[in-house]
Amino acid sequence: MPMTEIRNAQAAAAPVLQVDGLKKHFPIRKGLLRRTIGNVFAVDGVSFSIQPGETLGLVGESGCGKTTVGRTVLRLIEPTGGSIRVRGEDITQLSRKALRPYRREMQIVFQDPFSSLNPRMRAGDIVGEPMKIHGIGAEGGERARLVARLFERVGLRPQQMRNFPHEFSGGQRQRISIARALALNPKLIVADEPVSALDVSIQAQVINLMMDLQREEGIAYLFISHNLAVVEHISHRIAVMYLGRIVEYADKVTLFTRPQHPYTEALLSAVPVPDPLLKREKRMVEGDVPSPVRPPPGCHFHTRCPYAQDRCRIETPALKPVGEGHLVACHLR
Amino acid sequence: MTSTDHSVELAKAGANVTGWWSRLVFLALRFPLGAFGAVIVALFVFAAIFADAITTVDPTSTNAAKSLAAPGPGVLMGADFMGRDMYSRVVHGARISLAVGVGSTVLGCLFGVIIGLASGYLLGWFDLLVQRVIDIMQALPLLVMALVMAASLGPSLQNTIIAISIPLIPNVARVIRSNTLAIRELPYVEAARAQGMSELRIAVRHVLPNTLAPLIVLGTAQLGAAILTEASLSFLGLGIPEPHPSWGRMLSESAAEYVRTAPWLVIFPGLAISLVVFGTNLLGDAMRDLLDPRQRS
Repeated sequence: MPMTEIRNAQAAAAPVLQVDGLKKHFPIRKGLLRRTIGNVFAVDGVSFSIQPGETLGLVGESGCGKTTVGRTVLRLIEPTGGSIRVRGEDITQLSRKALRPYRREMQIVFQDPFSSLNPRMRAGDIVGEPMKIHGIGAEGGERARLVARLFERVGLRPQQMRNFPHEFSGGQRQRISIARALALNPKLIVADEPVSALDVSIQAQVINLMMDLQREEGIAYLFISHNLAVVEHISHRIAVMYLGRIVEYADKVTLFTRPQHPYTEALLSAVPVPDPLLKREKRMVEGDVPSPVRPPPGCHFHTRCPYAQDRCRIETPALKPVGEGHLVACHLR
Repeated sequence: MTSTDHSVELAKAGANVTGWWSRLVFLALRFPLGAFGAVIVALFVFAAIFADAITTVDPTSTNAAKSLAAPGPGVLMGADFMGRDMYSRVVHGARISLAVGVGSTVLGCLFGVIIGLASGYLLGWFDLLVQRVIDIMQALPLLVMALVMAASLGPSLQNTIIAISIPLIPNVARVIRSNTLAIRELPYVEAARAQGMSELRIAVRHVLPNTLAPLIVLGTAQLGAAILTEASLSFLGLGIPEPHPSWGRMLSESAAEYVRTAPWLVIFPGLAISLVVFGTNLLGDAMRDLLDPRQRS
């Protein structure tokens, strides 16, 4: 089991989130009787854990299943298999009602700052709503004070509580989203491409805000992104996903200096370097990501891998350790 | 949204918002057509409420001497063939027309919204069933549906309102359902779910308010259609029974027979219908803009 190795590789502290063999297959239905004619293997056996106050970056191309992982962890999508543990408690099978106390532990920040806020609610009501649901600060004026404090913490003016979402810029809206996520004092925030829709200068502000909050509150992040530069800046550890599986898992420095998986190598060589004179050996990956409906047998990456051998086409490589806390799913390592 | 909610936006726009009067003037200047529509509607509401105070003759009392009298002193809008005063009948008709228009629209929208929201939010077999029933209802024209309903319920004001509201339900339900389908997938709905909000509360608090914008336009358009449908029903003897004054029946009864000899019998009820429909449409357009926070600043 890859998970035991990950566990051994880490400090003994109880993880905020522990995911074991998570699977999400979306059925493809067709015809009048809605018969299932196939599955989209969006997430196919993903395991990782996040320690308190830690950021795990989850990177990969579009369609590799990273967003599905984030949604499934929060039970916004029901997993097909595997288990999700929040601070040691298995929440995979919990009913909606039994799940509610765990909702306070983990929140989400979305990619699109425009559709993530209800356009007909005032910013202050949006941020105060989670408190209302969980009965926090119900006594006269207490909630408004808490919301005002949240606004200050994310760098907004409390006077802006009365404004509607359309009166804010994209970066400000992401700050409102972050304030809403913070309202329940969560231990974990799933950040699904939180800065991808923002201007570069604003991206830095939002990332720095998230890092400040982590320092002050000890919040852990599952940071989902396709932007390696951003992930390198904010993450402690990084998991690289390809077609529904994690192919490499290491701390930030190791991953960026000694990548072991051919896919990670290719991803890193695609990151632009701000030095026009620097000539690098480019290892471009050819072709497209295969369809997750019919993923290739064996190693999912063999169709595009420059080193692929016969074994890769038949046998699925397990995620195995190659160094301290460094796991790779490749037969050649 | 109460009027106090606008004060911030109004102040930002530089308006003097010290009292409700200046606020009203500001809104009237921003939506001149809407204000015009509001005045027309207010006029008819006033006529409906104070009908007895602003008329001197009973709308149902006949007077053989004044049969088909042309407009003139004493008979402001003329009299019909039974010598009933047209002015009094048009003013009192506002009561019936507004009751039927507003009543059936509110009733139809209420049920349409509930059914549409439930259908679009719950999906599954419930949605499938509801949509097929709506298909059947929509296959019949408004008037035919209302006719069937009115014929089975019998003629009375209350039954006319019910008969006209039922064909409206599928139209409203379709619009609300399609908006619900789009909005239930948006991230802010997911965020509410991630907070642990109950599905019912999500549907009412996050989905419903964002589906209502087209309803105001649909509703005001329906208000006019309802008044016209009532006219047709009354003409066929299935709507408001005689001798109560209904604009629609006044119009349709007189149109064929007296349009050449006594045009005032057609002109005044027709004018009343057109004005009310026109006024509600103008008001509805302005309301839609006013209720959308994005259009306010």
